[in-house]
Amino acid sequence: MLKINDLHARVEDKDILKGINLEVNAGEVHAIMGPNGSGKSTLASVIAGKEEFEVTQGNVVLDGEDLEDDAPEERAHKGIFLSFQYPVEIPGVSVTNFMKTAINESRKARGLEDMPAKEMLKLIREKSEMLEIDRKFLSRSLNEGFSGGEKKRNEIFQMAMLEPRLAILDETDSGLDIDALRIVANGVNKLKSKDNAVVVITHYQRLLEYIVPDFVHVLHNGKIVKSGGKELALELEEKGYDWIKNEAVV
Amino acid sequence: MDLKDKLISSFMAFENNVDIDSPVHDQRSEAIKNFEEKGFPSKKEEAWKYTSLNSLQKIDFSIFPKEADALDYKDVKKYFINEIDTYKIVFVDGIYSSFLSETTHDGVDICLMSSALTKPMYKQVIDVYFNKIASKDESLTTLNTAFSREGAYIYIPKSKMPKKPIEIVHFSTGNEASLLLQPRNLIIAEENAELQVIERHQSLTENEVLTNSVTEIFAAKNAIVDYYKVQNDLSTASLVDNTYVNQKDDSVVKVHTFSFGGKLTRNNLNFFQNGEHIDSIMKGVTILGEKQHVDHHTLVHHIQPNCESHQDYKGIYGENSTGVFNGKIIVDKIAQKTNAFQQNNNILVSDKATINTKPQLEIFADDVKCSHGCTIGQLDDDALFYLQTRGIPKKEARALMMYAFANNVLESVRIPELKTRINKLIAKKLGVNLGFDL
Repeated sequence: MLKINDLHARVEDKDILKGINLEVNAGEVHAIMGPNGSGKSTLASVIAGKEEFEVTQGNVVLDGEDLEDDAPEERAHKGIFLSFQYPVEIPGVSVTNFMKTAINESRKARGLEDMPAKEMLKLIREKSEMLEIDRKFLSRSLNEGFSGGEKKRNEIFQMAMLEPRLAILDETDSGLDIDALRIVANGVNKLKSKDNAVVVITHYQRLLEYIVPDFVHVLHNGKIVKSGGKELALELEEKGYDWIKNEAVV
Repeated sequence: MDLKDKLISSFMAFENNVDIDSPVHDQRSEAIKNFEEKGFPSKKEEAWKYTSLNSLQKIDFSIFPKEADALDYKDVKKYFINEIDTYKIVFVDGIYSSFLSETTHDGVDICLMSSALTKPMYKQVIDVYFNKIASKDESLTTLNTAFSREGAYIYIPKSKMPKKPIEIVHFSTGNEASLLLQPRNLIIAEENAELQVIERHQSLTENEVLTNSVTEIFAAKNAIVDYYKVQNDLSTASLVDNTYVNQKDDSVVKVHTFSFGGKLTRNNLNFFQNGEHIDSIMKGVTILGEKQHVDHHTLVHHIQPNCESHQDYKGIYGENSTGVFNGKIIVDKIAQKTNAFQQNNNILVSDKATINTKPQLEIFADDVKCSHGCTIGQLDDDALFYLQTRGIPKKEARALMMYAFANNVLESVRIPELKTRINKLIAKKLGVNLGFDL
């Protein structure tokens, strides 16, 4: 589904990604781990199409199509979803109106009519119940005054509404207490299918106890320096990242 | 002959056509003297530093327009809030149009200034209220006073409320190559009365128009006045709006100003709190493009204790547009427990757009709460990216953010049809169709 080939990216003359290779197939869960500053969030942003980052070499391919010229919204229309580490507050736009706009814009891009209001409401009710989101929450301004946990849960709610083919969860576990973590992980697991894929970006192994990865990759200094199965995450948790750094130097 | 000289020499001709026995005659004479002395404000004055009237003064405006052909309602229907029934006081090139208007004397007076200034039955009210709160030395206000003859006259007696909102609409037809209009409005809400007014100035052709308007609003004890100014004129129309509000105990006066068009717009909005437990509310949404210029000058004078004022102005400036916000708050020594709030937030969407914003606080009391804040920013790139990753195209994402930015100012609009209209105007100004019901 997703193929990243020798991806190099920079921001303001600073090279951050220095040759990433990664292949994600439908039905798989990949975890990308690594120390702070290794390029994890940059990789997520580059896949989602953030303009600030300049791709200097290599490419990101989705279903055989190079995404290079696609704006973030076009990538979203093709099924890429990024759950933000720091979701942005948008005062004045309710969660509900935001989701209506997002869903109908995606439908428009696919040549479909707006989703009927009744269907939309049903979908919102269904997905918010799955993530144990209070109805009142949905009429509040997007992310404004939400706690860290509420923001993350709202991200997964958006994911549930948009049903992406490839979901990238950037540090979704940071700031979540164990109860919220369970709810979020449970939501992600319910959305998982043989047709979609999830890339979990995290610093810690904790989330991976709930969203079990098929593959774990360690990112260091802009490169994937080690890949393995889920047991690699445990090893990282136990030993920290220093041995990886040392190994990379060697 | 420049515009000032033309006006002064026209005053004689004007006087010959109006009743010189009226007590208003003396006020007009005083006023023209003041204008003659001061002339048009220049950029040398602090209050006019960012707004120049120089180029307007070079235009040879007609001061006494010929009566224009009657307008067909269907041609101008879109300029009214036509989804609802309203009282209408309509002027075409400054002349009252009985055909387009719907006035009343049924328990309340919603009619014409020309009647109020000349008919004996209104004399008592005119003696008490006319030109009592308007400035006697601000030059453009006195220019208006000198030529005051026509406009809206609204008198709501104690505990009355008109059955429907009132629209004051000024059309200019382009019958004159360039036209100067000087409407004069007087609005009185007696004790416990309530009313809603929507005011609009609209050019129908691209001939030059300058409107120098004065509105006096008196809100007696416990009265509620809700005033909406819709400024969405063509880019050949300029407006100087001088509004003076006098409030008594427990009254609430709200003025919303929606500035979406026009060549040059100057809003001088002045509130005087002559009582206790008064609430004065000023809200504004400004969305400009081209070379449009809007200057909001507000003044709230807290004269008595225990009063509140709330100002919230949002501006979105594109292309070569320029904006000014100058918010002056005076709190007198005896006006303890004043709560004055002022906020002015702006977004510049073009490198060539400019905004000058200045709070001006003069506080002489020691137990008050005064807060003010102004921000000037661009749209947040991270927020745009966030919306885009949800499938919302950049153009719509920008619009959604700007709409959201202006949105909280609309929450206090109490006429739903007007709110919908303004929402649509905002969406149209931003050039998009938003994906949800407004």
